[in-house]
Amino acid sequence: MKTTQSAQPSTASKPDSAPAAWRVEVHRLRAGDDPEGLHALAALREAGWQGLRSVRTARGFLLPAECTRALVDAATREILADPVLDRAVVCAPRETPPPAAGVLRVLVARKSGVMDPVARTVSRAMARSRIWQGEGEPHTTTFRAFLIEGEPAALDPALAREYCTRVLGNETIEDVLVASEALPWALPRQSPRHGVVHVPLRGLSDEALAKTSREGSLSLNLVEMRAVQAHYEALRRDPTIAELETIAQTWSEHCKHKTFTSRVEFEGRVIDNLLKQTIKAATLELAKPWCVSVFHDNAGIIEFDQGFDVCMKVETHNHPSAIDPYGGAGTGVGGVIRDILGVGLGAKPIANTDAFFVGPLDLPQAELPKGCMHPRRILSGVVAGVRDYGNRMGIPTVAGGVWSHPDYVGNPLVYAGTVGIMPHWAATKSVQPGDRIVVVGGRTGRDGIHGATFSSVELTETSEIESSAAVQIGDAITEKRVLDLIVRARDARLYRGITDCGAGGLSSAVGEMGAECGAAVRLESVPLKYPGLSPEEIWISEAQERMVLAVPPESLEGLLAACREEDVEATVIGEFTSTGRLVLTWHGEVQADLDLHFLHEGTPKPVRKARFEPPREPDSGVPAVEDHHALLLALLSSTDIASKEWIVRQYDHEVQGQSVLKPMTGVKRDAPSDAAVIKPLSSSRKGLAIGCGASPRYGRLDPGAMAETVIDEALRNVVAVGGDPDRTAILDNFSWGNCAHEDRMGALVLASEGCYRAAKAYGTPFISGKDSLNNEFKVGDRVIAIPPTLLVSALSIVPDVEIVVASDWCCAGSLLYLVGSTRPHFGGSHHHLVRGLSGGAVPRPDLAEAPRVLRAMHAAIKAGCVRSCHDLSEGGLAVAAAESAFGGCLGATIELAKAPRDLGSAARVDHDAALLYSETPTRFLVEVDPARAAEFERRLAGLPHAQVGSTRAEGVLEFTGASGASIARWDIEDLRRAHQSGWKA
Amino acid sequence: MAHAKKSLVLRTAGINCDAETVRALERAGSQVELVHLHALLAAPSLLEGVSLVVIPGGFSYGDDVASGRIFGLELRHGLSSELARFVDGGGRVLGVCNGFQVLVESGLFEREPGSATFPPRAIALTNNLSARFDCRWVHLKGERCAADWIEPGLVFPVPMAHGEGRFVVLDEATLARLEAQGQIALRYVKADGSPATGTADNPNGSTAAIAGLCDRTGRVLGLMPHPERNLDAWNHPEWTRLRARGIARTRGEGQAFWDRLVASLPVLV
Repeated sequence: MKTTQSAQPSTASKPDSAPAAWRVEVHRLRAGDDPEGLHALAALREAGWQGLRSVRTARGFLLPAECTRALVDAATREILADPVLDRAVVCAPRETPPPAAGVLRVLVARKSGVMDPVARTVSRAMARSRIWQGEGEPHTTTFRAFLIEGEPAALDPALAREYCTRVLGNETIEDVLVASEALPWALPRQSPRHGVVHVPLRGLSDEALAKTSREGSLSLNLVEMRAVQAHYEALRRDPTIAELETIAQTWSEHCKHKTFTSRVEFEGRVIDNLLKQTIKAATLELAKPWCVSVFHDNAGIIEFDQGFDVCMKVETHNHPSAIDPYGGAGTGVGGVIRDILGVGLGAKPIANTDAFFVGPLDLPQAELPKGCMHPRRILSGVVAGVRDYGNRMGIPTVAGGVWSHPDYVGNPLVYAGTVGIMPHWAATKSVQPGDRIVVVGGRTGRDGIHGATFSSVELTETSEIESSAAVQIGDAITEKRVLDLIVRARDARLYRGITDCGAGGLSSAVGEMGAECGAAVRLESVPLKYPGLSPEEIWISEAQERMVLAVPPESLEGLLAACREEDVEATVIGEFTSTGRLVLTWHGEVQADLDLHFLHEGTPKPVRKARFEPPREPDSGVPAVEDHHALLLALLSSTDIASKEWIVRQYDHEVQGQSVLKPMTGVKRDAPSDAAVIKPLSSSRKGLAIGCGASPRYGRLDPGAMAETVIDEALRNVVAVGGDPDRTAILDNFSWGNCAHEDRMGALVLASEGCYRAAKAYGTPFISGKDSLNNEFKVGDRVIAIPPTLLVSALSIVPDVEIVVASDWCCAGSLLYLVGSTRPHFGGSHHHLVRGLSGGAVPRPDLAEAPRVLRAMHAAIKAGCVRSCHDLSEGGLAVAAAESAFGGCLGATIELAKAPRDLGSAARVDHDAALLYSETPTRFLVEVDPARAAEFERRLAGLPHAQVGSTRAEGVLEFTGASGASIARWDIEDLRRAHQSGWKA
Repeated sequence: MAHAKKSLVLRTAGINCDAETVRALERAGSQVELVHLHALLAAPSLLEGVSLVVIPGGFSYGDDVASGRIFGLELRHGLSSELARFVDGGGRVLGVCNGFQVLVESGLFEREPGSATFPPRAIALTNNLSARFDCRWVHLKGERCAADWIEPGLVFPVPMAHGEGRFVVLDEATLARLEAQGQIALRYVKADGSPATGTADNPNGSTAAIAGLCDRTGRVLGLMPHPERNLDAWNHPEWTRLRARGIARTRGEGQAFWDRLVASLPVLV
């Protein structure tokens, strides 16, 4: 490390604008050690900034002005800079680094008050190592510096501003300073308000009620505002602002699922409660004895083995990710992990999943609607967010997918799931009056105000600017501390109840836990990141990494001691009571006194009207394919099918050492697995298969068929690797448009009914679910609604990990079987997408036969007859065969004439094309040892299956058509290349 | 268990490979205690009777500022003389992945035997050449080195998972010194054991394909990849292929690493 003293303040710099803090800028000595600079240069060039030569980056730190120079040098030497790699530039308060000719400096810093985890680490390290000997921890901040070189004309500050704000920083949470050294330094300081604020509601007109809701960002509709008004008319007073905020959070779509539980009038029928009569009904009627806890807790729980249960939850974090992809996805992961930490008495997370739905990755910049980020920036941001949060938590991210559609451009979808394991005794929780309310983990700040209500409104072109307060910033290591603490405190039985602080913050967590008894909270005792928050801001802040515990008084000391040892902040903020009321005080003054029964049961039940009409598109049939060679290569390189290896490798999918089947498989580890398998207990040979399914292209055409097919896809993914279909639970996650529109609501009804039918047919209960509605984007007068999107996740028990099979062909000379009958299913298919065709039947499983196929396949895999198995999905047989072939570095000839089929009399359907590319569900391509073929056939007896070919060492994949003649052949290296040719960040 | 070989696995905020590290050591026959760093800083006497200290993988303190920086600082500031005495008394120290980064940051690899002070660093682990976190399987080869329990020439597969695992040196003289002092313990190689060529074999681009390092006494060892993630037959990415081809494996190749380490431990009292 080399340290340079800065030049004395020159007249060129503006010393008055530089912060009153010591500044340390750490530069790499060699450009090769500065990958951030290379990334930034590539991203700026991709955004269209021409004439750039190089970008170098530096990490910057601000330290308090009262530090001595010696102290700053010690911090630099010991903490901030590397002696082998770095050169540090130190500037005294109000000074700026020496200017360098021809270099444009751009600084990116978190806005004042926005969470800065690295700065927190630096502050703690300075205090713990006694480099800082003052009181407590020093205030520090961090920033990034970009030193940009290029042609003089290119470095125009106005031009630089345009590109840098788009590429290098996110102005929602960061200041981007071009040729300015005015870094933010001071913390936000506002004196907290005193007194109680009432919001006048009594006597207001409907118009005025709607205005109050809108201006207060309450997201309550008029019917709800009237119900609140009536409640307070009866009480002969107006609500306080804290009460109104609590009601708005609790009644939000995000927390209450008002739409899904509403009464629906659908094309002449009346459905009293959609959720209850479809998804929950299936689970209730199936009554599986191995379901431990369904729907009412933070996650669904099923039995595993040896006294342990497993649980899973999947969440969406769509709107925050649209505005800040990195932070939104990261906090999405953090949030769903807390669901698992807060289910029952807490489970240990053992796997994560993620699924992203984005606009076209090749969208020309000129076609990007105003106010949207480019889909590439969204995707690379959310991948980085999941990576940095999930990896730091030490939880393997094992399964997921990427789907693209033009209508996700303004409203991308980000799903994150977590699987956990817990002892069976920890599956239930309770709360007793007198239990202390203890908040553990992160401090509360102004981050994430109105997240729950924000997620319940449509995005607009100005959302990015208006919603900065709704953005939460994650700090994974604080959450990892909480994880370690919870597992320890749970096993020592130091608390009786637990829940996470998610949407709605403390208001939802405490309101939920105390729903049956009552709670009294002293808001002034909640630890804050910085002073100045009003009591209701503290109450509804969605600051991350916090959990709420119900601690019996006799366990309090033990719990606080454990927290101290684990370095987790823990604070008693109140007590659970037996009053049936939620009472909030602020320095003794009552800020809210709410009837919990009204809060939880007073939501007026909306009535929704619904209808459905599929879009009318011409049916182009399935014309014969002239060039199969080119078509398959095009399919393999399309976004949904192309390799996700660039994403998978950035996730630690091996941590915890329990990996049995990885997301990528094959000789070169570049073929996709159908599902992941982990082995959660050292002492048990049982495994867990984790898979998912989604097919948004089917959603608008036939939502019911989509639901059935997506469930089939999730199930065949886990069955293909060894999961037992009779010990499989599923989770539903709906992302939909605004269901105040009858057509969106109609699609929701049809999809829900499809879920019911399929769950009943397969015998697979839903154990948890979530819906995210209002996924629409408004640009000018145009509203873009996302396609109805259902993600189904499957959690399946593998009876013994020894039976697991992968998707890559293992040996030359194996027999290849096609299991399942092919029907002409081209509606919303990738075949149609790539060939520019439309119409056709949407894939739909045969619900009478499909469960029998899954059971027979499981029996065959369990008996060891199967060498490898790959399910057929996007792109049909052609894509599945290609992936298995290049995965195994083997070739094959497949005779389409032998494939089981039910192509009926469908006119204008070319049979070879149908057999190669149709997306009929419940089909598998299976590699069988010739010595086990008879047994395999016996297990599939009575079900559609046929031997269609055999594998060979020569790396050529060939299909013969109806006539028996070869219709196409590929070198498997060409297939591999096409699969790898999709866009990568 | 009068002569139990006791290992102490250190954890702190962000360490996340502790469970599989404990599992590997226990299977290798060691008695294991999982201890929080703060507990050891408060009571260094916990090292008494311990033969091996292991710092597992993870993201200690978020790897904020740089991987392993803060944990390394805590060791250097709070435990340097105790660790020096421990190693000089025959104790072993192992760091895996983040643990390796921590040990490099601490300065322990460059300490003169017998000295309680840690000299300025001339080695570092920094960003992969790919500039990305990278999770994939690699092959390691044991070198003839001061750590005599490392089997020279043995090639074995293990997963790696890190963003800052590229081993670099201050200058050529440093590399020559490490070679001369027998400090290079493990290198990335091709599956057949031949030298790595390019990032397919040496994914992070480490200088001289160095994956693992020991100190001059051979008692302190660190490596980036994770042998504790390949303990069982089904951890290997190609295990289903190997099974189909009739190649029987009863356990993962990583377990042998831990077995030899524990077998070679002195019993300290």
